[in-house]
Amino acid sequence: MQRAARIDATFAALADPTRRAILALLAKGEKSVMELAEPFEMSQPAISKHLTVLERAGLISRGRDGQRRPARLEPKALAEATGWLEDFRKTWERNYERLDELLEEMKKKR
Amino acid sequence: MMSSLELRPQGDREIVMICSFDAPRQLVFDAFTKPELVARWMLGPEDWTMPVCEMDVRPGGKFRWIWRHATKGEMAMSGTYHEVHPPSHIVHTERFDEPWSSGDALVTTRFEEADGRTTVTQIMLSESTEARDGMLASGMESGVKRSYERLDEILSQ
Repeated sequence: MQRAARIDATFAALADPTRRAILALLAKGEKSVMELAEPFEMSQPAISKHLTVLERAGLISRGRDGQRRPARLEPKALAEATGWLEDFRKTWERNYERLDELLEEMKKKR
Repeated sequence: MMSSLELRPQGDREIVMICSFDAPRQLVFDAFTKPELVARWMLGPEDWTMPVCEMDVRPGGKFRWIWRHATKGEMAMSGTYHEVHPPSHIVHTERFDEPWSSGDALVTTRFEEADGRTTVTQIMLSESTEARDGMLASGMESGVKRSYERLDEILSQ
């Protein structure tokens, strides 16, 4: 997946509070669908849908442990999305610093 | 002097940037809409130049921006203006040429003046295939950044 599309998918995946809570649980260790459904009082198919969104965003991976297929966190994908935002912030801080200098110049010329 | 830059994600596809400058609104609007001025500041990180800055700032007008780095090559962006209301706001769409680009972004830029200071608010809404596929629940909670920070805390335990 292209980097920008992956970042969009990450943002979209994180925009849901249940999915964020699932990630927080997985940060403590891998869990099966059954183990995740219990704290949320959600059906397993409902949890599976959330896991699919998270997997497509690369935020989790699913193990091959028979039928259990435990979900585990992939922290690199999350780090990449936040890194992109920090790059974007630095770029625009620099842009606005230059704009500020230009405006001072423009004011003097009026 | 300018204020510090406030930048945060909003919802699942928006980024909001807010900054204020010690200048009247008309000057700031000019700095955003005159190509010879835009090429002086919208350069991105250090060491990039802007060899092409063409802007036809009116509804339906197009723009073309090309940035160049001595070793990293070029990046190019094109766009169209949809609404232009001097000196209060501009709505345009933009997209990078590069194949890694994720499509059009809709950008709304507002200029508000108070006591000789002008606040610029830019809201960038990016196109997202995932959103169109309806994978998102309605009523998105804002504050994705706060969520990242919470997760970071948990992950670093």
